[in-house]
Amino acid sequence: MIQALIERLRRVLIVVQDFTLFTWALLRSAFIPPFYGREMMHQLYFAAIGSLLIVVVSGTVAGQALALQLARELAQSGAKSQLGHFMVISVVRALGPVLVGMVVASRMSAGITAEIGAMRSSDQIDALVAFGTDPMKRLVVPRMVALVIALPCLVIIGDALAVTGGGIVGMQYHVTWESYWAGVLHYLTPRNILVGMIKPFLFAIMIVSVACWKGFTSEGGAKGVGVSTTESVVISSVGILVLDGVLTRLIFRLLHW
Amino acid sequence: MIEFRNVDYSIQGRPILRDLSLLVNAGETRVILGPSGSGKSTTLRLLLGRVRPDRGQIFIDGEDITQVKVERLRQLRQGIGMVFQQGALFDSMTVGENVGYALLEQNDDEDSVEARVRETLRRVGLDDELIDRMPDEMSGGMQRRVAIARALAAEDPKILLYDEPTTGLDPQSAERITDLIVQLRDTLGKTSILVTHDIADAYKVGNTITVLNEGRVVFDGPTSDLERSGDSFIQQFLAPFRTAVAAAAKRLQDAPRQAPPLRGGTT
Repeated sequence: MIQALIERLRRVLIVVQDFTLFTWALLRSAFIPPFYGREMMHQLYFAAIGSLLIVVVSGTVAGQALALQLARELAQSGAKSQLGHFMVISVVRALGPVLVGMVVASRMSAGITAEIGAMRSSDQIDALVAFGTDPMKRLVVPRMVALVIALPCLVIIGDALAVTGGGIVGMQYHVTWESYWAGVLHYLTPRNILVGMIKPFLFAIMIVSVACWKGFTSEGGAKGVGVSTTESVVISSVGILVLDGVLTRLIFRLLHW
Repeated sequence: MIEFRNVDYSIQGRPILRDLSLLVNAGETRVILGPSGSGKSTTLRLLLGRVRPDRGQIFIDGEDITQVKVERLRQLRQGIGMVFQQGALFDSMTVGENVGYALLEQNDDEDSVEARVRETLRRVGLDDELIDRMPDEMSGGMQRRVAIARALAAEDPKILLYDEPTTGLDPQSAERITDLIVQLRDTLGKTSILVTHDIADAYKVGNTITVLNEGRVVFDGPTSDLERSGDSFIQQFLAPFRTAVAAAAKRLQDAPRQAPPLRGGTT
C-alpha cells in the first residue's frame, strides 16, 4: 500500500519535472534562432481570427449576464450609478482574462494537442528531427508567440464587448449611457488595465506549453491522442483558474491593495 | 561507413537490443531482417540519435555519435536521408514542400528548390506536376515514392535509411517501391540500410543481410549465405518464404496446362 503510494508520488514528480523542463526549454528556444516567421503568422491567424467568434459571443453574453446580476442588486441598494465601476473591476481585472482564457484554451489546447499527437504517431516528428529540425522551434515556439500576441488582443475585445453589454443592460435599469461610461472611464485606470493584461500573457504560455507537451508525450495511436487531447483541455482550463488565483494574490501583494 | 559496437538498448528495463555489433561499409546496401519487435526500427532510431544506447558506441564515418553534442548531431543528420514506415509525409504541406523541406530549411532560393524538387520527383518515377498536390490526395505507393524523393532531395545524403518502406502497400505497389530502391542502389551507390520483415525484399535489395531476433544478431553475412545458415530461428523464419516460392513455382508450372492463354482476346 505505502509502496504503491510512494511509486505513484514518484511518477507524479517525474511528470512535474518533465513538464517544467519542457516549459523551460520552450522559453529558452523562443529567443534562439532560427525563427519560423511564416509558421508564426499562420498560427497567429489560427489563434486570433479563428477564436474571434467564440470570444465575441462569450464576451457579449457573459458581460450582459454579469451586468443583469449587478444592476439588480445595485438598484435595490440605491447604488445603480456604480454599475460602470463594478463592471470595470469585475470584467477588466477578473472575469475577462479568465473567461476569454478558458474559451480560447479549450479551442487551442484541443487543436494543438491533436495535431502534434497525430504528427507524433505518424512519425512526422521523427521526420522533422531526421532533417535536422528542432521540433520545439518549428512547432512549439511559433504557437506560443502567436498566442502570446493573440490572447491579450482577444481579452481586450472580450472586455470591450462585456463592458458595452453592461451599458445596454444598465439602460434597462435607468442607468444613463453617459453616466455608465463616465463610471467606466473613471475606473479604467492604467493599474486596473495592467492587472487584467498581465494574466493573458502567462495564460498563453501555460496553454501552449501544456498542449504541446501533451501532444509530444501522447502514446497509443488514435486512442492515445484522444486521451491526451482531453487531458490537455482539462489541465489548461483548471490551470487558468489556479494561475488566476495565484496571480491575483501576488498582484494584490505587490501593489499593496 | 556505419558501425554499431556492442550496443545495448532497453526501454523501462525491457531489453530491445543486446550487444548489437554491425559494420556497414561505404557504398554497401545492408538489409536488417527480422520479425516484428526484434529491434530493427530501433537500430535506425539509434543511428539517427533519436534515442541513446545504454551501452556501446555507434560510429558514422569514424565519429562516435553517442558522444557528440546536439548541434553536431543535427549536422550529421543532414547527411542522412530517411524513409519512414508509412512515409511520414508532413500532411500540412504540399508534395513540393515535403520534397524540398530540407532545402527550404537551409534558406535555398525557391526557384532552385523547385527545380531540384521536380528533378527528384522525376527520378523516383513521379510526374513533376504533382508538386502542388497534398499527400492525402495520393495513393499509398505514390506517397512512399514522395517519401523517397524527400530523402534524396536533402543535400545529397551520404546515407539512406529505409524503415519498412513497403509496409501497408498492395503487392504491386510494394514491388515497384522495391524496384525503385534497387535502381537507386545501382545508380547512386550510397551507403544504405533497409529494415524489413519481408524476406523477398531482403533478397532483392541487400548485398548483405543482418538477421535480428529478440534484439540479438543471429546472422550477419552475404545474402547468398543466409539459406545455408544452420541457425534454427533462421530456418523457421525462412520456412514460409520457401513454401511460398515453391507454391508460386508450382502454379507457374501448372498454369499453361490448366488455363491455356487466349489468342486474340482482351486481357
